[in-house]
Amino acid sequence: MITLPVESRKTSHIRLTLNGEQVDVSFAPYKTLLEILREDLGHTGTKHGCELGECGACAVLLDSKPVLSCLVLGVECDARNVLTVEGLGLEGNLHPLQDAFADLGAAQCGYCTPAILVTAKALLDQQPQPSRDQIRVALSGVLCRCTGYLQIFEAVEAAMVKIAEQNGAAK
Amino acid sequence: MPNQKDSPDRSVKDSQANGEVLRVIGVPRRRVDARAKVTGQTRFADDIVLPRMAHCKLLRSPHPHARIRKIDASRALAHPGVYLVLTGKDLPTEYGILPVSQDEQALCLDHVRHVGDPVAAVIAREELTAFEALDLIDVEFEILATISSPEEALATPAPRIHDYGEEGNVHKRVALEFGDVEKSFAEADEIFEDTFFYQGSTHLPIEQHAAVAIKDPEGKLTVWSSTQTPHYLHRALAKVLQMPAAHVRVIATPNGGGFGGKSDPFNHEIVVAKAALLLDRPVKICLTREEVFYCHRGRHPVLMKFKTGVKQDGTITGMHLQTLIDGGAYGSYGVASTFYTGALQTTTYHIPRYLFQGCRTFTNKPPCGPKRGHGTVQPRFGQEVQLDKIAEKLKLDPAELRLGIVESPNTVTANYLRLGTVNLSECIRRVVKASGWKEKFRQLPEGRGVGIACSAYLTGAGLAIYWNRMPHSGVQLKLDRGGGVTIFCGATEIGQGSDDVLAGIVAEVLGIDTFDIRLFTGDTDLGPVDLGSYSSRVTIMAGNAALQAAERARELLREAVAIRLEVPKERLRFADKHVFDSAAPEKRVPFHEAICLAEARFGTIGTVGSYTPPKSPALYKGGGVGPSPTYSYTAAVVEVAVNPVTGWITVPKIWIAHDIGRALNPPLVRGQVEGSVYMGLGEALMEEQEFRRLPKRLSHALVHKFPSMLEYKSPTSLDMPEVVTELVEQADPRGPFGAKEVGQGPLLPIMPAVANAVYDAVGVRIDEVPITPEKIMKALAEKKAGRAPRYGPNHFPHIDWPEALRVSPPWEGGDGNAVNDVPSHRKPRPEKDKVLSS
Amino acid sequence: MMRLPLFEFCAPRTLEEAARILDGQGPNTMPLAGGTDLLPNMKRRQQVPRTLMSLRHVEGLKRVEWSNSASRLGACLTLTDIAGDARFRNGLTALAQAAAQVATPHIRNMATLGGNLCLDTRCNYYDQNYEWRKAINFCLKKDGTTCWVAPGSSKCVAVSSTDTAPALIALGARVRLVSRSGEREVALSELYNNDGINYIRRRPDEILAEVLLDSLHGWKSTYWKLRRRGSFDFPALSIAAAARLSSQGVVEDARIVVGSAASRPLVADGASKFLLGRSLSSETIAEAAALAARIAKPLDNTDFDMTWRKRVTGEFLTYALRELRGDDVRAERGSITRYCFE
Repeated sequence: MITLPVESRKTSHIRLTLNGEQVDVSFAPYKTLLEILREDLGHTGTKHGCELGECGACAVLLDSKPVLSCLVLGVECDARNVLTVEGLGLEGNLHPLQDAFADLGAAQCGYCTPAILVTAKALLDQQPQPSRDQIRVALSGVLCRCTGYLQIFEAVEAAMVKIAEQNGAAK
Repeated sequence: MPNQKDSPDRSVKDSQANGEVLRVIGVPRRRVDARAKVTGQTRFADDIVLPRMAHCKLLRSPHPHARIRKIDASRALAHPGVYLVLTGKDLPTEYGILPVSQDEQALCLDHVRHVGDPVAAVIAREELTAFEALDLIDVEFEILATISSPEEALATPAPRIHDYGEEGNVHKRVALEFGDVEKSFAEADEIFEDTFFYQGSTHLPIEQHAAVAIKDPEGKLTVWSSTQTPHYLHRALAKVLQMPAAHVRVIATPNGGGFGGKSDPFNHEIVVAKAALLLDRPVKICLTREEVFYCHRGRHPVLMKFKTGVKQDGTITGMHLQTLIDGGAYGSYGVASTFYTGALQTTTYHIPRYLFQGCRTFTNKPPCGPKRGHGTVQPRFGQEVQLDKIAEKLKLDPAELRLGIVESPNTVTANYLRLGTVNLSECIRRVVKASGWKEKFRQLPEGRGVGIACSAYLTGAGLAIYWNRMPHSGVQLKLDRGGGVTIFCGATEIGQGSDDVLAGIVAEVLGIDTFDIRLFTGDTDLGPVDLGSYSSRVTIMAGNAALQAAERARELLREAVAIRLEVPKERLRFADKHVFDSAAPEKRVPFHEAICLAEARFGTIGTVGSYTPPKSPALYKGGGVGPSPTYSYTAAVVEVAVNPVTGWITVPKIWIAHDIGRALNPPLVRGQVEGSVYMGLGEALMEEQEFRRLPKRLSHALVHKFPSMLEYKSPTSLDMPEVVTELVEQADPRGPFGAKEVGQGPLLPIMPAVANAVYDAVGVRIDEVPITPEKIMKALAEKKAGRAPRYGPNHFPHIDWPEALRVSPPWEGGDGNAVNDVPSHRKPRPEKDKVLSS
Repeated sequence: MMRLPLFEFCAPRTLEEAARILDGQGPNTMPLAGGTDLLPNMKRRQQVPRTLMSLRHVEGLKRVEWSNSASRLGACLTLTDIAGDARFRNGLTALAQAAAQVATPHIRNMATLGGNLCLDTRCNYYDQNYEWRKAINFCLKKDGTTCWVAPGSSKCVAVSSTDTAPALIALGARVRLVSRSGEREVALSELYNNDGINYIRRRPDEILAEVLLDSLHGWKSTYWKLRRRGSFDFPALSIAAAARLSSQGVVEDARIVVGSAASRPLVADGASKFLLGRSLSSETIAEAAALAARIAKPLDNTDFDMTWRKRVTGEFLTYALRELRGDDVRAERGSITRYCFE
């Protein structure tokens, strides 16, 4: 029998809220939130491009704020709230941001897309009518090598309009 | 839910659609893989998780050049959690992308050639375990002299980085002369000589290279990899693992960006395959960002010397171009790259006589290869900046000068490239108009300037990487009785939208929605061979193959429905998921019923389409690089703001016009244009693949200056200017629905346009990239001191060029063969270039 | 994927408990705030503490106490907290601008004021992965014997890369350091050494708990950051300037600090003193800029050519001083920082 090497021992346990649902997870204590999401919770929607905080591809919302999951320790996530791209949809439908990105060419290779989407969602949740400059700044923490960003800005603006319409209709 | 939204009517005439309105092609629509991407469900290579999966890490050379004397992996093997350690002796067979440079080993056996060259592999239960065990492998190196630049390579024939190549550390020299260039200089009114340098850069895809290998349930090998070229990887795996290719399956997972950096077969792909076979468990590797810098295969740094003769009206009489190319440690696509640094100069402006000499050397740095634009980007920079200097001297507007010398469509150039449609003039006119060029050029206040540049690019390399007579792309279609259509094709989705191109074409022909189509692409077991996503070949080659397969399917359906509806088959139309009589549209059958009718008549329905590029008239040796079914054209105007004190440079706006033939899906096309502009801007202003050679007396080290995403500068959302895109759509009959390429062409004019704009702004020439504030400030100081207001290389070293192959241009009675060499079709082909048999 | 090394973890609830844990541990136990500097360093094996002590749950470290005569800022306030706080204007504008320009919004949501003040010095030869550093046989700052920036140097010349420190020094800030043996208050300008290795006078067993500011009523301040791109990048050069002007526009007091031009933020005493009693005319600004530029000694350890960085220091300072004078410098700021600061 091969004994369990120390790196494999899942001795840390946390209970967190992931995409609106409580979930328990055990993991090796050296792991970051990124690794736990992808490897211990099977949520591979969140990506990684550098693991050093230099590209933004691993962005998730932690307690509603965009952070880099590659630099968040798993052991710091107990009782906290995490939102990933998998949790963007509402009642079985895509989030207006997802629809807009899909329709307006804002996703090409799609690798930075999850990070940009959750970051844009946090922006629109905080500020329903951001200016183009505010969108640029909010997204300045995620690198994209495919799009040149312009269609991404337009998709955020289109989603902004759609959300306002939906909110108006709901009233 | 359909992918086509209710869009404004687009009445576009097209012969392939028999004069009908196009309902899919040219209509803005959601791409077929969009939903998967925006929900995070697209399965990239590192997202694959399999039971019992082990993790692999590579031990890499810390020395730029050394012999391996001894490797002792016993301590690593004994480390808890380690399953296997591999070294060079486990995978000694050499491979490489080009048949003429099979110079790589999956793990170096006895010679390491750059910092980062893989030496051993550890496969362990956890990735962290494998990483810790790397330090337990003891390697004894014997240090060899470091060769850090092409100049050093030319001066240092020994030690040889490779035992093949021309001589010493010269990998390849080419010399091609089309017409008597000296005579053309004698006929010129003015002669211009300029030296330029184009710094290397890398692709920096956000997704790091990753691969998973498994001995599948049947006992055969399957490898998933983030690769742009599954077919070439397939061949390399069969060769190195010494397995029948029929027992190897490569699945190209959607790439999180490629740009040419994932087009070679790589060490890590072969290593995990070997490990999976030995362990009979899945093995995964995902490279760190630093390791991606060591894979590289990026833009070759090129030193160029242009000598161009012109008449007073700007007509070019002849051009002599010399290039010195820094190849890095391995061949990769380098021989092709070398030819590319000369091949496309004749595609934009008429050049009646042309002499091209190129030299690639090896150096102890990560190998260079194809990056978006592959080898044509560098000389295009030189040519467009020199044209700007020519325009100034001749007192001509640079846009007007270019308009006067644009090459004609359907021409065969001096170097025997057959052009298709050429709408460069229209592109120039559009950007001149859109940017307000005439009011701005040489008229903006100091510190603001505009520059113009043009370019052309291939729509797929005319020759495959390995010589053969088979199609470059194949598509198989399956039509289901339920109305669903399945496309099988080897084409690879790297973000450019290749899946959507295939689906759009098939949907248009069959009159269905792209949502009704399922695609299986990039899988060597499921789909016919497509050579891969490189050289902008997919739209024309896979697209034409899909078109043929779809038209064949439509023909079968047409016949069966004609009988059922008792209508001449020529009157039948396919649209809105129905087949109907154009004279009496109420006579119709649903699409799925048409399939059933056809199946009843013909048996099971399945069609095949393929595409082989036309034979090129370039018959001389070396004529294989450059030919393409047709070429796209681009013109760009860039406006810059330069601070005359600090040299600080910003780019507020770019106007670009691209001769695309036809935009198959407009938002995707716009994305390619803007993405190319973005990447071009990065190269123009801030990207550089730079290396540090530590002081020789203290160290032999030659390291990448900053192999990280923080220090290798790629523009952020705050650095991207406003871009105005215009598309010129004159259908080129060589492309499906007239489409040409868009994934690479729009990158090329950006860098020279920036350089030309800087001159307009502050009167200094930066004859190299990247164009940085430091260089601008130095050039301004030179200007102030009354010296040449310029920053750039001054010297092109002497190179012993071989005797040039002389080929008479078409207008001088040439036939495409060299007059001083055995014609290529008569030469026996070397064994190693022949198709590999299983 | 790069992974952290194995570590032990603890999360004290009070400052006393935290101080007790750090006591006598040296580099074996390191405090963890936002982790945006420490965790990348650990992944690159530049720093490998045996234990990480999280400060996240220590009470009181995120307090903001605000009055007309003084302010106290808890060291675990995030940079977003500071950048987004509307109270940090007028005299405190420099702090808000500095915090607002660090890295990216995501990192600012995690990174803390204390962490940025204690930011490790940086260098092209040091902030590299373990493999890379092995290839150059390491460097003076970590595991090696040669400084590759200045091979003849016996001192490490890694560069100070904090944005908030130059700003806060210009604002005359002090910091409160807490340890098992007690507390002490240090002027921020005295916290740093011009040494790339021993760059900070905070002992390993001390926690930087609070930043203290006296009233800046009547002051104006500004912070300018020079970097290649609009986000992500550390400063290649920065200027923090604060001044109190009389109603006639005469400088009554001034502090100019040049950042990222040495292993510590440099206080431009000569330039600051020169301004006293003068109004900010073009000539005065130019002279002050030249004086400040003289102290900047950039080396080849960061982005941009070092000669260029030296040459533009003066020009950069004129933007800051013109802004204090009341000029509209939004065009210059937009060009350099690509950031609209409201």
